[in-house]
Amino acid sequence: MSVTAAKSQTLVIENLNKTFRIKNSTVEVLKDVNFAVKPGEFISIIGPSGCGKSTLLRLVVGLDGEFDGGISLGGNLIKGPGVNRGMVFQEARLYPWLTVEENIFFGLGQQQSPEEKKYIVQEHLELVGLESFAKAYPHQLSGGMQQRVSIARALVNRPQVLLLDEPFGALDAMTRINMQQEILRIWETEKTTILLVTHDIDEAIFLGDRVIVMSQRPATTKTIIPVELPRPRDRNSYDFIKLRKEIHTKFFAEVEVPFAYSI
Amino acid sequence: MMKKFGGWLKENILALATPVVLLGVWEITSQMGWIRASLLPPPSVIFKVLVELVKTGEIFANLGISILRVAEGFIIGATLGLVIGVQVALVKKFRTAASLIFGLLRPIPVLAWVPVLILWMGIDEGSKITVIAIGSFWTVLVNVAQGIRNVDKKYLEVATILEKDRKTLLTKVVLPASLPAIFTGVRVGIDVAWRSVVAAELIAASSGIGYMIMYARELSQIDVVLVGVLSIGLTGILIEQLLKLLEKRLLKWNVNLHES
Repeated sequence: MSVTAAKSQTLVIENLNKTFRIKNSTVEVLKDVNFAVKPGEFISIIGPSGCGKSTLLRLVVGLDGEFDGGISLGGNLIKGPGVNRGMVFQEARLYPWLTVEENIFFGLGQQQSPEEKKYIVQEHLELVGLESFAKAYPHQLSGGMQQRVSIARALVNRPQVLLLDEPFGALDAMTRINMQQEILRIWETEKTTILLVTHDIDEAIFLGDRVIVMSQRPATTKTIIPVELPRPRDRNSYDFIKLRKEIHTKFFAEVEVPFAYSI
Repeated sequence: MMKKFGGWLKENILALATPVVLLGVWEITSQMGWIRASLLPPPSVIFKVLVELVKTGEIFANLGISILRVAEGFIIGATLGLVIGVQVALVKKFRTAASLIFGLLRPIPVLAWVPVLILWMGIDEGSKITVIAIGSFWTVLVNVAQGIRNVDKKYLEVATILEKDRKTLLTKVVLPASLPAIFTGVRVGIDVAWRSVVAAELIAASSGIGYMIMYARELSQIDVVLVGVLSIGLTGILIEQLLKLLEKRLLKWNVNLHES
């Protein structure tokens, strides 16, 4: 009875440029961003903070329509928000006046019958392992649990692309590792394309099929590094650490050595 | 039950003990003749008068009339404030068009309207109810408009991403998110209404608690005056507590409420 997902399509970002007008000056945020994401691929995007990674996701999800260049999903240009793309933010952004169940229910549109909706909500509660918290209010949940609800809400419409904007950034280290495994499990069952923005190199390698390293503002796609490690990945394996070092070097190449150390 | 009451008593002991001690001091100093009874009678006398007024039903009759006026005026004022407040928050053109007029009218204290309304509507119920309505109108309007405009943009973005239409956005996100602010408006609105009814009755009335106080003053019955004044305060506390209860019921999800 579940809604069958439309066949995943390729997400293409071409010559993307984005500027912000602050008072009378313009600030370039994104410059010549180009990459394509294959259906079902898991892409990690890392870059220095404030470089415009989050802006990129906001453009893809359709919250901001003022940019040059093209973003297309399966050949169709993206012009605004749509349920074929779901998004999870750093804060869970659940509605405090709705229960867990109702928050997930809110994600659904008008297409399904009430029985179908009930089934889909139940299905997604199970997917994120919160069946027993269906009637709880968000303030009664831990940060990690809230983020699970947020993920469930983003997934109810079976989006082709799931955008994750530093979703685990506010969680403690233990919970974060837990949630990373969780998101992999969800990705493997749902087969959605995932774009994850993070500042955690470890997380980027552990999760991504490819890691896109972005430069300081204006952000461009500096390098795209394929992660050819078998899953499940071991964070302490030789290849993992080697790759981490490689990205680390690229990541911090531009960062100036602090004054105090340059004697 | 007993345990619950014990806990409540423990929590509020200081709040309860303070007035009791003050009343004791007041009574003793009065008995010793340090305070002139014609200006400030001792609590025991005031209490006796209160019992008498309760027995004859005079105080309830007058309070009842005042409460009825507040209810009528408040319902009119709050409804108008709610409707116009929503417009102010959501329709930019309306906000701009009304800004100067609202800016001019809002700071006028309700008391200043009393002579105007007496000339326009006479000293009947109409003018008093209008005074109350004006007071609650502005309070509710300002709180509603601010509440709606302060709804967290993050909540709105979530709804936008999920392709919700404007109607869903307003009823399912904006309304519940601004409900705490709206409720504050209602609470303060009733408070303002309750104050202004007494003010209105002090000036022109032939019934109501304000009238009872004024009439007693003319007869130099200081004890009745004091009973009247205190009963206004007591009714205020009662209304406040009732509203708090209602708020807790309606806004179960609002974590901020549970702490205080």
